[in-house]
Amino acid sequence: MTALPIIILILMIAGAIVAVETKNMLSAVIAAGVVGFGVSVLFLFLRAPDIAITQVIVEVLSLIILIRVTTNTDNEAIEKRIDNFANITGLIFVGLFIAFCVWAFVDMTPFGNPLMRVSQHYLSAGLKETGAANIVAAVILDYRAYDTLGEAVVIFTSILGAFVILRKHGKKKLVEKDTEEIGIPE
Amino acid sequence: MTVYILDFIIFAIGIYSLIAKRHIIKKIIGMVLIEYSTNLFLILIGFRYGGIAPILSPDMNSVQFSQCAVDPLPQALVLTSIVIGLGTLALMAAYTMKLYEKYKTFDMCEIKRLRG
Repeated sequence: MTALPIIILILMIAGAIVAVETKNMLSAVIAAGVVGFGVSVLFLFLRAPDIAITQVIVEVLSLIILIRVTTNTDNEAIEKRIDNFANITGLIFVGLFIAFCVWAFVDMTPFGNPLMRVSQHYLSAGLKETGAANIVAAVILDYRAYDTLGEAVVIFTSILGAFVILRKHGKKKLVEKDTEEIGIPE
Repeated sequence: MTVYILDFIIFAIGIYSLIAKRHIIKKIIGMVLIEYSTNLFLILIGFRYGGIAPILSPDMNSVQFSQCAVDPLPQALVLTSIVIGLGTLALMAAYTMKLYEKYKTFDMCEIKRLRG
């Protein structure tokens, strides 16, 4: 039963290593897509169909965004000098991180036996209290609707920020003096 | 526990890419890997052997349903987290495109000149 997630996770690790280490940026972006679609397949296996659908759509959109960034630019990696200090520091941090994770996982509940205290109430009384057959929808739109509102605000702010950064002209008309002077415009 | 460790290896690859690489797109890919592995970890915690998806079908009562469904709470929270990941990715991509327009490079070490 646990063989399938392990196989998909190993495939995802291979995709992640290729994405980090390859020289061509377009290949790196597409190899990161392997990880995203592997995650969505795993969500289907883990009995989370809503999230699997969302993950597929988000993965396609993020691939489009990243390919838009990489096209029309120089696609090659920077190889003037190899920064040994950064590599060694990164590897040390990664090793420490994995060690602490293994230490923490010992005390967790084992895979497949979840600790469901709040969720037990949602599962047993969700249909009566909200009238939704899909308990995930009941949680995001009824029990924790204010959380969802806050997250919608976060999404709105980030998209607004991207829009403001990417626009070609500001609202103010460009004066001759502004282009010449370097510093804070009046 | 093997599944958790394999998941956090992806997280660690993301951290390594974020620390050691100088290319901005490599750093963005590291962030994306960290997001994916965190979302996957939260769903992995809620999995139950032989469980069903938390959607009620008409032919089962709620007591039986609550004994065999997987945990719906992390699924509900991860659902919005995935979409937020797309929003932050769009913001990072926008910054990257502007930086490339201004400096004609993706190298973090070259982007250091302050201009008005």
